[in-house]
Amino acid sequence: MATAAKYIGKPMKRKEDPRLIQGLAHYVDDIRLPGMLYMAVVRSPYAHAKIRSIEGSKAKSAPGVVAVLTSEDLSGKIGPIPCAAQIPDMKAALRLPLASDKVRFVGEPVAVIAATDRYSARDAVDLVEVEYDSLPAVVDPEKAIAKGAPKIYDDFEDNVAYRWELEGGDLAGAFKNADKIVRQRMANQRLIPVPMECRGIVADYDPGEPKLRVWTSTQIPHLARTQIGAMLGINENSVHLIAPEVGGGFGSKLNVYAEEALCSYLAIHTGKPVKWVESRRENFQATIHGRDYICYGELGMKRDGTILGARFKIIADLGAYYQLLTPLIPTLTGLMLCGSYKIPAVRVEIIGALTNKMATDAYRGAGRPEATYFIERIVDVAAAEVKKDPLEIRRKNFPKPKDFPYATPTGLIYDTANYQGCLEAAEKKSGYAKLRRAQTEARKKGRLVGIGVSSYVEICAMGPSSAMPAGGWESGTVRIEPTGKVKVLTGSSPHGQGQETSFAQIAADVLGLTPEDILVVHGDTDQVPYGIGTFGSRATAVGGTAMYKALEKLRDKLAKIAGHILEVDPSRLTFLDRKIVSTGDRKSINFSDVVTAAYVAKTLPPGVEPGLEATTFFEPTNFTFPFGTHICEVEIDRDTGEVKLLKYVAVDDCGNVINPLLVDGQIHGGIVQSVGQVLFEEAVYDSEGQLLSGELTDYALPRAADIPRIETARTVTPTPVNPMGVKGVGEAGTIGATPCIVNAVVDALSPFGVTHVDLPIKRERIWRIIQQNTSGPGSKGAAKSRGAR
Amino acid sequence: MAVEATRIRVRVNGKDRESAVEPRLLLVHYLRDTLGLTGTHIGCETSVCGACTVLLDGKAVKSCTMLAVQANGAEITTIEGLAATEDSAGSKGDAGCVCGLHPVQEAFWEKHGLQCGFCTPGMILAAAAFLGENPNPSETEIRHAISGNLCRCTGYQHIVDAVQHAAKKMASVRAR
Repeated sequence: MATAAKYIGKPMKRKEDPRLIQGLAHYVDDIRLPGMLYMAVVRSPYAHAKIRSIEGSKAKSAPGVVAVLTSEDLSGKIGPIPCAAQIPDMKAALRLPLASDKVRFVGEPVAVIAATDRYSARDAVDLVEVEYDSLPAVVDPEKAIAKGAPKIYDDFEDNVAYRWELEGGDLAGAFKNADKIVRQRMANQRLIPVPMECRGIVADYDPGEPKLRVWTSTQIPHLARTQIGAMLGINENSVHLIAPEVGGGFGSKLNVYAEEALCSYLAIHTGKPVKWVESRRENFQATIHGRDYICYGELGMKRDGTILGARFKIIADLGAYYQLLTPLIPTLTGLMLCGSYKIPAVRVEIIGALTNKMATDAYRGAGRPEATYFIERIVDVAAAEVKKDPLEIRRKNFPKPKDFPYATPTGLIYDTANYQGCLEAAEKKSGYAKLRRAQTEARKKGRLVGIGVSSYVEICAMGPSSAMPAGGWESGTVRIEPTGKVKVLTGSSPHGQGQETSFAQIAADVLGLTPEDILVVHGDTDQVPYGIGTFGSRATAVGGTAMYKALEKLRDKLAKIAGHILEVDPSRLTFLDRKIVSTGDRKSINFSDVVTAAYVAKTLPPGVEPGLEATTFFEPTNFTFPFGTHICEVEIDRDTGEVKLLKYVAVDDCGNVINPLLVDGQIHGGIVQSVGQVLFEEAVYDSEGQLLSGELTDYALPRAADIPRIETARTVTPTPVNPMGVKGVGEAGTIGATPCIVNAVVDALSPFGVTHVDLPIKRERIWRIIQQNTSGPGSKGAAKSRGAR
Repeated sequence: MAVEATRIRVRVNGKDRESAVEPRLLLVHYLRDTLGLTGTHIGCETSVCGACTVLLDGKAVKSCTMLAVQANGAEITTIEGLAATEDSAGSKGDAGCVCGLHPVQEAFWEKHGLQCGFCTPGMILAAAAFLGENPNPSETEIRHAISGNLCRCTGYQHIVDAVQHAAKKMASVRAR
């Protein structure tokens, strides 16, 4: 049965946009309920302290204040913040929503206030008197896990959250046969996700039904509903959770937060709707952070550049308490450390370190940008060591397309790839040979020009449930209403990715309609069957597939009904332009007439139920593995150390593309977040655990003037994991770009003998390297400026 | 309220408003909470992100860093009122302008200049104000002009495309 391909692949304008460009969308803070109160949170100013006393009476009697609650008031009433990750022998670094005897990071909630307006609530925060006995803060993760470090948890023997190991192939043999072993210490610094919309929640409790209604800025409406219900001891089917318009997440809203439970509790406690929206400062302190690893990498290779084996030891700074997936993220790094290379032997050791900081968790890429950074960086170090061009060493070690499905020594099976074709496309598009010639000329004039390459593969479309902590399937329901319009209910939960459009494109093609006929509904747990949510670049590959299979079920049913009416074999029917047409003869029937027949139910074939609704819960058989090659050109200002990004070329392969506009948007956005990581951003805690980069004034996000025009191109290597052959692309840009830019900076400094520069690449660091290598007494520093071991 | 309220008079999206406000009430809260115009968003409290951008007497200002009392006597346009302003009224529905949208709004739609939409109202107003002052800008000038508006989703490229597209459209309408 043929379907049209009128809309899939087209750069359609988005259906989401009219409400967004007119200011008519409703984010959490736009929701107003009668009698609504506002919640404010009293937070610890100390990174590590015992709580001696909390006195709320002054706050309780302040104007407008309705309630002040501490952990004592909540004793036994709200369960701990959930963590879905299970690592063998991991310590249970969990916490209750409000601190009781101890605080372990700056920003940890200690009390909550409900007041009649947000200003009164904020005023009352200053009136809650908390007495702390401060304790030494543990901030450096390597020091945290060393002997004698102050213990963050009295019950734990040390600050090691867990140890995780993975080994494949014969590493000892590999290193024995190696001509060279390159060693490099690499840091991947802590970042703050900073979606433009801060977290927020409105909770409303109806004791009559009973029903707890929650609007929350989340990426995981169903999972959050289950967890909030569990934390509060409310039956899950008495909780209705809605993700309204969500202003970005990047993984930071793939979580269940203390404030969501606290706000819901306050709604029950006060009998009034309660709203909480965090300030940007709270977003910095108390929304999950990303990255923050130190890696000791070793790569063994032959003189001709063939990689024989790799070993990585990673210390992951997890913060003080687990959020939903905190311990899991570094293990995703471990799985991807072979990158896009045939590495026969690998050994990975990961130590999760507890420190007095906010929890790390999934942040765009969730472990895979880190893996790609470490392997791409060390491969470049190796390339320089054996004096091979970075493109050449990559080509030498890529598996060939016919080697796929390709089993990695880390236990993954990469689906499909064409790393060579992609690299070649990037080489051509960037004019690589020309760039190198221009670089030679520039160097003669003393200019510091660098060219960077990164070839990445990443694991996404999360994923087979056997490998996921709480299910990796996704749901899709398609309902065709009696008047012929289509409603899609998806467990995916977009927050900018555009599935209201891309899913409509898919549905239109399968049913022979137009995208205007299709309404995509998401985020409402009363409307949408259970779903896992949007993260891990899974919405189209998993959620879209669930919808696609439901569409096929309905299309088959419609074909049966139409075939019955037309007296034609259903397999000969095509859905096109709102008609169902029999190929070969001239019989056809309007789509709407067949829909009517399904509801009026007078002409149904035997065995066919009335109505038109189908649901699929799609369980993927594998992850998918998008890949790409990025090439960029930078120039360093010798006087200021500023790195200017002159050219950026990204060739990415995410399999088949539903809407190229949306894919480009994801690539641009992802790359710019990497520019942020490399050149601008760093979450900084001082030695006492104070978050110094605590507002946008101190944490530099890339702005429009900081970014060059990004040139994008695609290769298309579909995946067999799902019928549409789509892989996922939401995180790919961020995964590929960080090492590309760092490699370019190192290349720019390579005439000084520099082989590595740690993240973040701030101007001062570069300026010092240049000074050390050009001034008289400092030029002995050429050896010093090699990356630290 | 313990503090005495201050009376202010503002014209918002063409409508005269008179309110009694606390002196410390931020303009953005006045627009959002008192007047119910929630299209203007709050993304920070340090005047960096630009999500709160509105037009005040024709100039793009960050409404989170103004007090409502400071806006007394001013004419304010928020995203809800942009389409009804002179520019789109002047185009009278031709030159490819979708009726009811300002050319800058239309351009953002056309060029996929938004993803989550949270920065978008502020971004559109900043762009509209900029094009009023510089109707034929270079890409560098556009990027500089919107550097007071942060976007975490788009990487800015399609936003720049949108502003360029709007500039072209608005120039062709003026040329008639």
